[in-house]
Amino acid sequence: MKGTIEWQIATVTALRDETSEVKTLTLSLPNWTAHRPGQHYDVRLTATDGYSAQRSYSVASEPERTGEIDLTVERIGDGEVSPYLDDTVVVGDRFEVRGPIGGYFVWDRSIDGSLLLVAGGSGVVPLMAMLRHRASAGVGTPAALLYSARTYDQIIYGAELDMLRRSDGLRLTYTLTRAQPPGWKGYARRIDDAMLREVSANLGGEVLAYVCGPTALVEVVADGLERIGLPAERIRTERFGPSGT
Amino acid sequence: MPQPFITRGFVGKRQDAGGAAGRIPPGQHLVKDFPVLSAGPTPRADLRTWTFRIEGLVKEPAQWSWDEFRELPAQDFTKDISCVTKWTKLDTHWRGVSVDVLLEHVDLDRSAAFVTAFSDGGYTTNIPLPELLNGQAFVAYEYDGKPLAPEHGGPARLVVPQLYFWKSAKWVRGLRLMERDQPGFWESLGYNNHGDPWKEERYSGD
Ligand SMILES: Cc1cc2nc3c(=O)[nH]c(=O)nc-3n(C[C@H](O)[C@H](O)[C@H](O)COP(=O)(O)OP(=O)(O)OC[C@H]3O[C@@H](n4cnc5c(N)ncnc54)[C@H](O)[C@@H]3O)c2cc1C
Repeated sequence: MKGTIEWQIATVTALRDETSEVKTLTLSLPNWTAHRPGQHYDVRLTATDGYSAQRSYSVASEPERTGEIDLTVERIGDGEVSPYLDDTVVVGDRFEVRGPIGGYFVWDRSIDGSLLLVAGGSGVVPLMAMLRHRASAGVGTPAALLYSARTYDQIIYGAELDMLRRSDGLRLTYTLTRAQPPGWKGYARRIDDAMLREVSANLGGEVLAYVCGPTALVEVVADGLERIGLPAERIRTERFGPSGT
Repeated sequence: MPQPFITRGFVGKRQDAGGAAGRIPPGQHLVKDFPVLSAGPTPRADLRTWTFRIEGLVKEPAQWSWDEFRELPAQDFTKDISCVTKWTKLDTHWRGVSVDVLLEHVDLDRSAAFVTAFSDGGYTTNIPLPELLNGQAFVAYEYDGKPLAPEHGGPARLVVPQLYFWKSAKWVRGLRLMERDQPGFWESLGYNNHGDPWKEERYSGD
C-alpha cells in the first residue's frame, strides 16, 4: 500500500498564454515528486465560506524539471474551475493540489516501442509531457503526433512542437477541422482511418498509441486504430470532456 | 479535518441541486450529461457468442447466453452515480438483473468473500462480496429505457452505485468469487482498493 497522496499548497510562479482560450500555469510545489508523463494532479479551490470544487489537470511539463509543474488549462465558458485558473489567478497566488495521479495513461523512457500520439484540442497536454520527457531524456523512441485543432490559432504549443519536429525527429501532423490559413498543406478534415494509416506508416517497432481529447474524437480514433491493425491493448485513451450529448 | 486553505478570489458556482445537496459526495459536482471514461478502445460484443459467467468458489459455475440472460427476472432501478473524475449524476435510470438473482443460481463456497468482475477487453475490478448483495448491485443492460450503448458499457455492465463508478465494470462478462481480495485494473494503478465516494476513497492510501 502506497502512502496517501497529500494535498499541498502550490504557488503560481508564471503564467503564459498559449492561445486565446488556453493558459499555462507554472506551479511551484513544496512536496514535488517526479511524475510519469501522462499523469495528472487534482486541483482544489475553496471559497471563503468553505465551499470547494475539485478538478483534474494533466501535467504538461517533463519530470526532469524538478520542483515545479506546468498545467495547461483550456477555458470552458460556463465552467467553474477553468475560468478561475485562466482569468483570476495571478502570479503569486496559491491553491491546493495533489498528485501525481494515474498509472495507465503514462509513458516514459522505460517503455519500448514507438509512440503514436493523437490529440484533440487540449488533449495534447499529457502528450506534450511525454514529448518533452522524450526530448529531455534524449531517448530515440520514434514518435508521431497527430493533432486535431479547429483552427491554426487554436494549436497549443505550436512553436515548441515545430522545434521538436526539427531537432528531435518528431513526426508532426496537424489537421485543422474548421478553418485553414491560406496555403495550408496539412489535413483539413476530421481524423479518419486513412489519416491514421498515413501518420503511423513506417513508424518502426511495435507501436503504442495514446489518444486524448473529447470523447467523440477518442472513440473514433481508438476504433480506427483497431481497424488499421493495432491491438486494443496497445491503445491507451484518456477523455477530458463531457460526452457531448 | 484540517482548516481548508482558502483560495483568493474563488467564489465557485454553487449548483442548485434542488434540495439534493446532501446527495453529492465530497469533492464531486453535478453533471447533466453522461461523460465517458475508459482506458482503451470500446469493445463491440457479438451477442451471439456473448456469455455471462459466475465462477470461482462455487460448486458449479453458472453461465448464461444473451437470450438466457434476458429471461432472468429483471428490475428497474434509479440511482445516483459518482465518478472518481469528480462528476456525480443524480437519478440515473437503469434496467437489469440484481446480483442476488444471479447468485441464486450457484452454490457459494463458504470461503467466498471477494469478487472480481471481469470484462471484454481484459478489464477487472474487485469488490467485497457483501457490497454486491441485498439489492446493492446489478448487471444492467438498459439505460434510460434504451439498450445500454457500447461506450457506456453495453451490452451489459455492472452497476454498484454506492462505489465510485470504475467499480461498475463496463462490458462485464462475469463474476469470479474468491477467498482473498485481488486488486483489479485501476486498483493496481494508484486508485483506491475500495472506492467509497462518501469517504472520498479516490486514490491508493486515501
Ligand atoms: C484525468 C483528467 C485530466 C484532465 N486534464 C486537463 C488538462 O490538462 N487541461 C484542461 O484544460 N482540462 C483537463 N481536464 C478537464 C478538467 O478536469 C475540467 O473538466 C475542465 O477544466 C472543465 O472544468 P470547469 O470547472 O471549468 O467546468 P465545469 O463547471 O465542470 O463544466 C461546465 C460545463 O462545461 C462542460 N465541459 C466540461 N469540460 C469540458 C470540456 N473539456 N470541453 C467542453 N465542455 C466541457 C460541462 O459538461 C459543463 O456543461 C482533465 C480531466 C481529467 C478527468
